[in-house]
Amino acid sequence: MDPECSQLLPALCAVLADPRQPMADDTCLEKLLDWFKTITEAGSSLLLLQENPCLVELLCHMLKPQDLSSRVLSFSLRLTGVFAAQEDCFQYLQQGELLPRLFGEAGPLGGAAWTAPTVRSGWIQGLRSLARHPSALHFLADCGAVDTIFSLQGDSSLFVASAAGQLLVHILGLSMQGPADGPPSLQAGDWPACAQKIVDHIEESLRSAATPQITQALNVLTTTFGHCHDPWTRVLWVRLSPLVAGLLEKDPVPAAHSLVDLLLSVARPQALRAQAFAVLLQPLACVLKATTQAPGASGMVDGTAGDSVTVDTLLPSKAACVGLLCRTLAHLELLLPLPQRPCPWPQASLLGAAVTLLQLCQGSASPTSDAGRHLCALLLGCVRVQRAALDFLGTLSQGTGPPELVTEVFAVLLEYLRSPDSSPTVLKKAFQATFRWLLSSPKTPGCWDLDPQALLFLRELLPVLQKRLCSPCWEVRDSGLEFLTQMTGRWGGQASFRHALLASEVPKLTEQLLRDPESYVRASAVAATGQLSSQGLCVSPASPEHLGGQQKSPLSELLHILSTDSEGFPRRAAMHVFTQWLRDSHADVVGDTEEFVAGVLQVASQDLDWEVRAQGLELALVFLEQTLGQPGSPCPYAVTPPVVAPARPLAQALQPLCRVRLFEFAFRALFDCDRPVAQKSCDLLLFLRAKTASSSSPQEARISPDVASVEAALQRWQAGDQAQPLGDLEPEVVLAVLRSMDLEGLRGALAESSDHVEKSPQSLLQDMLATVGILGENEADCY
Amino acid sequence: MKLYCLSGHPTLPCNVLKFKSTTIMLDCGLDMTSTLNFLPLPLVQSPRLSNLPGWSLKDGNAFLDKTELIDLSTVDVILISNYHCMMALPYITEHTGFTGTVYATEPTMQIGRLLMEELVNFIERVPKAQSASLWKNKDIQRLLPSPLKDAVEVSTWRRCYTMQEVNSALSKIQLVGYSQKIELFGAVQVTPLSSGYALGSSNWIIQSHYEKVSYVSGSSLLTTHPQPMDQASLKNSDVLILTGLTQIPTANPDGMVGEFCSNLALTVRNGGNVLVPCYPSGVIYDLLECLYQYIDSAGLSNIPFYFISPVANSSLEFSQIFAEWLCHNKQTKVYLPEPPFPHAELIQTNKLKHYPSLHGDFSSDFRQPCVVFTGHPSLRFGDVVHFMELWGKSSLNTVIFTEPDFSYLEALAPYQPLAMKCIYCPIDTRLNFIQVSKLLKEVQPLHVVCPEQYTQPPPAQSHRMDLMIDCQPPAMSYRRAEVLALPFKRRYEKIEIMPELADALVPMEIKPGISLATVSAVLHTKDNKHVLQPPPRPAQPTGGKKRKRASDDIPDCKVLKPLLSGSIPVEQFVQTLEKHGFSDIKVEDTAKGHIVLLQEAETLIQIEEDSTHIICDNDEMLRVRLRDLVLKFLQKF
Repeated sequence: MDPECSQLLPALCAVLADPRQPMADDTCLEKLLDWFKTITEAGSSLLLLQENPCLVELLCHMLKPQDLSSRVLSFSLRLTGVFAAQEDCFQYLQQGELLPRLFGEAGPLGGAAWTAPTVRSGWIQGLRSLARHPSALHFLADCGAVDTIFSLQGDSSLFVASAAGQLLVHILGLSMQGPADGPPSLQAGDWPACAQKIVDHIEESLRSAATPQITQALNVLTTTFGHCHDPWTRVLWVRLSPLVAGLLEKDPVPAAHSLVDLLLSVARPQALRAQAFAVLLQPLACVLKATTQAPGASGMVDGTAGDSVTVDTLLPSKAACVGLLCRTLAHLELLLPLPQRPCPWPQASLLGAAVTLLQLCQGSASPTSDAGRHLCALLLGCVRVQRAALDFLGTLSQGTGPPELVTEVFAVLLEYLRSPDSSPTVLKKAFQATFRWLLSSPKTPGCWDLDPQALLFLRELLPVLQKRLCSPCWEVRDSGLEFLTQMTGRWGGQASFRHALLASEVPKLTEQLLRDPESYVRASAVAATGQLSSQGLCVSPASPEHLGGQQKSPLSELLHILSTDSEGFPRRAAMHVFTQWLRDSHADVVGDTEEFVAGVLQVASQDLDWEVRAQGLELALVFLEQTLGQPGSPCPYAVTPPVVAPARPLAQALQPLCRVRLFEFAFRALFDCDRPVAQKSCDLLLFLRAKTASSSSPQEARISPDVASVEAALQRWQAGDQAQPLGDLEPEVVLAVLRSMDLEGLRGALAESSDHVEKSPQSLLQDMLATVGILGENEADCY
Repeated sequence: MKLYCLSGHPTLPCNVLKFKSTTIMLDCGLDMTSTLNFLPLPLVQSPRLSNLPGWSLKDGNAFLDKTELIDLSTVDVILISNYHCMMALPYITEHTGFTGTVYATEPTMQIGRLLMEELVNFIERVPKAQSASLWKNKDIQRLLPSPLKDAVEVSTWRRCYTMQEVNSALSKIQLVGYSQKIELFGAVQVTPLSSGYALGSSNWIIQSHYEKVSYVSGSSLLTTHPQPMDQASLKNSDVLILTGLTQIPTANPDGMVGEFCSNLALTVRNGGNVLVPCYPSGVIYDLLECLYQYIDSAGLSNIPFYFISPVANSSLEFSQIFAEWLCHNKQTKVYLPEPPFPHAELIQTNKLKHYPSLHGDFSSDFRQPCVVFTGHPSLRFGDVVHFMELWGKSSLNTVIFTEPDFSYLEALAPYQPLAMKCIYCPIDTRLNFIQVSKLLKEVQPLHVVCPEQYTQPPPAQSHRMDLMIDCQPPAMSYRRAEVLALPFKRRYEKIEIMPELADALVPMEIKPGISLATVSAVLHTKDNKHVLQPPPRPAQPTGGKKRKRASDDIPDCKVLKPLLSGSIPVEQFVQTLEKHGFSDIKVEDTAKGHIVLLQEAETLIQIEEDSTHIICDNDEMLRVRLRDLVLKFLQKF
């Protein structure tokens, strides 16, 4: 702790201990606590307390019967926990009997303050912080805290109740960490006393007839199995699973949703995989059975899945059914990429289930049973399930599937893309899933082209995309364009794709959407045009229908957008496209690169949107790298060997940069009022300086041209007066200015956030004191 | 109470309700699907159409009412719910001896007139050289090619009515406003309620003092141009007759409008023309409004929109003047003052132009690519026939079907082979089954009556259990030519008491809040009203003896014994008996009450809820004594 803060601390502690000085703003207390946490994480708490006795005094003060604010009391409890997290400091506080008096029966626990939820919450959080070491466990056992935590599980405040459950999980985990020798036995006597007590409590709750108690126990178990995969959790599950199974047999099943959560969470620990995975799959098995007649066709779960009774139990109402299915799909989506996912992974069945689910939502499935018809009625038009199922279907594209199922996948995707009833968000997901499935479609060896099936699909897809690009709903037009950009980026070079695309109206529509009234759509159209143009897929200006028209090249179209569009998004998109074009040596750019860069930089420098200016610097950097002969990311297949050393003198190499007025742009950006722009410019100039320093010849370094006028102009710019242009700069002048500037210092200053002064702990302490009028003059920052 | 079902078409209903001596026809829709059996009537001589193999007959349109079921001249009133459901009106009012009144709202009548006028105009402007009807003979019909030979009851098909008949029919309409109460012969009261489907569209409440029948026909809960549906007034119905739900329950109107716009833009951007076969009123207003918002964003500002109909001008203008029948949003515009529909602006800026027919101004203004809205949706008559012939050969053009009344494939049949694209975007804003189920939960009628089509999923989607009416008790269904006895009995009737008679009553309070009085009067019934009048006085004059009225005015009453009321508390009764010297009393409980046994006197008193019997052995003295004791517990009046 720095001395300034140490000086302020006693006064602050006095304020906190004084009930007449109410703390109006409890975010201050939170910040203060955060600060103490940072300090104690970095150093010894014991030392901190010894050096600042006012802190212990403050804590002791809490023990006196008085009218303290519940916030301060709660804060003190939490602070004590933060200190006591370190074992030596814990012992120190124990000696003073401070801990038992704060957290035991004698403390706030028995007093009037306990009625305030914030105090109960502080008590729990304090214990949560200090429960880090074996001594803490003994303490918890001795002071009877565990029983109090049990009762707080049913607290009227949801926050307190939830925190109490979390604390139990934490204590259970902590006490089981102790006996590390081998897996724990099933014998009750072998478990540490504290753990035993908690598990007994859980068992008792699970046997209870009261649903809230069962729910509490299930929640504790769910959190335990969700966060901890140690061997003892397996033993715990073996011990408790009969009780949990007993709950499943009751009619009706109590706390059904918490039970499902638990079963989902036990699916994670590897050892329980098969057992839990079956439970996880059950809802999908029901879905699959809803439309198949053959018994056992699901390949997932045999037996009762799909019976009316099972369906009624698992998926009773619309809300429950939708909630459970969405959760199941989300969990499976998380499981899929994990190396420890259950094996064998029922890819085909899951694929079938996802397709069926989508068909049920659309009304195109043909249920074969009453249960199926019931499901169909529940799911019809349900956007949430549609979204979740499309996401899941997309994820499943990482695996393979039987060809006939893949055909069905494409069919259902097309159905969704076609349906006038698909909501914009569903449509977006359908586009994403489609792209992923196209990506994963089998490839002919040695050929990157789409396989025949995907190509057939593409032929059906393009008319749909065409129609979607004309949708009255802008979100739909937008996601259609994004999809087009992705597709073109991936297959734009392939003959069959190009042929299909050019035969459709899509490129022409894209060009028209550059003038869409919605700025997001224009931005996406810009990106799509950029991609199409890169692949030579833009509508040719020479095509007969454009004869005599004012058809412009994509470059001039985008330049027009950059200089005239009233919204930032399309302009940003245009800058991204230009940067990409420059990087890829786009045909329209290669013709006269300097003119292109100069034009773009000139427009970008006047843009009001800082992202456009920042992107301008990105473009400048690409140009700079190309000019100085160092590719930003060397391409392994590049034919030309990397430039070994500049053959030309440095000044000559910099000439093109001067001609495009890159330096004027960069210097202007250096003093930009938006920090990211200035930082980026600083990095660019530093890069250039490093580059020139390593390659400049001694003669060049010795030349000292007159830089005074430029430096004077830059100073005015820094002061905010950017009216005056720099005029034509000579490379030598630029180099001299670069050498003379304190760019490192500038970078350091820019790296600090603008509120770094206001955020300091000292400022916090001052603010807190100022609000109660302890400091003579009010130095609080107004921000 | 009976319901005669004259139409099997759920959205073009025609039912007759007999309720309390009144005969009420509910709607008279005209099912025109039989026109699909005929060749199109071209405005311009079409060599292709005239060379098609066919029968040289043009017998007009069809009317499928099963008139043998009921004598239509006995119909007292006809209630019209919307302009689509009145197209058969001239057939009923002009040819059946109908002498009653037709009730409809003003927009229903005016727009109905436009639809009829358009229909008559379409048919009459291409007069047929000859007409044939012999083929309707069953023996000949059997020899005709399919589907003509399978058409049912062709004998009921009729020629189209004339404008004269239309005018005469419309003159029988009495205009009504929403929530206006109309007395029918004093027996029932009918009230139109806003149904939210079209300008002036109504549901009807038909009620007596103790019974309420709701007739729901063509209602919508979507926010389009008409006034929103009045649901609250439908509550507490004994019977709710439910017709006119959406014909395309799987197509969501919003999605279809999007589809319509996308396909339109795609075609026009490609240099093609768009043909929209439609009615001159209704959904077209909403489509024009959507296009108004969409054309700028789609870059279609320079594309002309043409609306061609003999009644185009009137339709566009009428829509702007019925402000009180519009939704709240549009009503408020009128006060700004602005036209409620944006098509006014489209017309002002020359983006939308309307013409009575394609002859005349239109042919000189016509510019392509363009969008044409014109009738008739059946593609059998009207200007649309010409455009189908004109544009059908190019794949650049598109015909977009938005009206759900006709199968678009059948409508297109005589134009095949067709190069132009065909898009089916049926827009039907009427209630779907989810909305119906919410509505029924909300208004909770005791019984629901509906066409049989609504009680099972559509045949093509038999698994879609959601596409049917699901209510408790299950809906009663009807089919064409059926007579339903509506499932409730009338139990009460309201009777008025003349003031002087009421004055003379002397009520007696028998328990708090309930008083009784005996009445002797003459029941007078006239015009379905029942009145209790004082009985006629005897011939000899009496005067100033009002208080002894009972003995003087109503001599017959002398023989009447007083009426008793109240109940006998057994314990107290036993105590009273004991006080009066009876002993050895035994009380037995029975299913209906008690038996008090006076064993000594060999007497038995049976006390039940509505009777008391004293059974004793020929001891009249004892019986009278006991009777008086019993009477002490009862009130007399």
